[in-house]
Amino acid sequence: MLSTDNDILAAAETWRREGRGVALATVIETWGSAPRPVGSHLVVDGEGNFLGSVSGGCVEGAVITEGVEAIADGHPRVIEFGVADETAWRVGLSCGGRIRVFVEPVT
Amino acid sequence: MQIETLAILNAERAARRAAILVTDLDGGAQRVVREAEIAADPLSDLLARHLASGKSGLVSAEGRSLFLTVQAPPIRLVVIGAVHISQALCPMALALDLSVSVIDPRTAFATPERFPGIDLVAQWPDDAFAGAVAPLDRYCAVAALTHDPKIDDPALVAALKAECFYVGALGSRKTHAARVARLTESGFSESEIGRIAAPIGLNIGAVSPAEIAVSILGQIVAALRAPRAGVGP
Repeated sequence: MLSTDNDILAAAETWRREGRGVALATVIETWGSAPRPVGSHLVVDGEGNFLGSVSGGCVEGAVITEGVEAIADGHPRVIEFGVADETAWRVGLSCGGRIRVFVEPVT
Repeated sequence: MQIETLAILNAERAARRAAILVTDLDGGAQRVVREAEIAADPLSDLLARHLASGKSGLVSAEGRSLFLTVQAPPIRLVVIGAVHISQALCPMALALDLSVSVIDPRTAFATPERFPGIDLVAQWPDDAFAGAVAPLDRYCAVAALTHDPKIDDPALVAALKAECFYVGALGSRKTHAARVARLTESGFSESEIGRIAAPIGLNIGAVSPAEIAVSILGQIVAALRAPRAGVGP
């Protein structure tokens, strides 16, 4: 089933109240053919379970990893992916766009 | 994000009220501004503009880089009358990402065959709003299309009371004059009744049901976006 932002923020709250570590990722800027609009969310728990999408699949893996790290160290961070970036190419933002994502722990 | 902040966002969303999350990207400090609090906020102009467009985005304010997450309730279209125009209107409204319900107590009209995949309620409007269809609010558009005052009028009354952002009613000027008289008798003021778009739809010379549907949806989009985008309806 397709998750709406509604489900995602509700899940983030439910998961946190259950005592799980939770991080929220939000697309804050896009250039070119980025597949998900600014404001899109993804929520991830400490085990890497996630709901939602920030890139239609391209860089989800890397965002989830950042989310798990944010849960561990308690710090928010801004990460950027784009075709000009070797890492981003490796993780697969092959659609030709660039995105910036804010990743924050829910505390 | 603190769990309390998240809880406020979820509560506002559940109550179908708009809110904006303001995040300072240097450090991650956050606050929620509820719709009713925007006017008194130091960033009121910026916040009002983003709320009007419905778009989240980066802004610079007071020398800081802020991200505004706009959380506006999904826009609903409630169509009164499972008529020919409605059959054209519903799929177009879905393409605009509107959440659509059709209400018509006449079971000959309100059939799933005529409205595949559409939320269809074969009840009188007042009964429908008491259960099967969520109550109307400011984020709803109501289009009354039955031509029958017994069905259209209760829906128009409910729409005006709920301050729906768009209220339109099908019918000639003569039909509408009679409607105005009935609503006046029911205690509505001239300005309240004046909020009803009638005859419904932008005046684009629409003839076919599909063209009338386009004129109605154009009018709905204008009602939603135009006032704060600074263009005339």
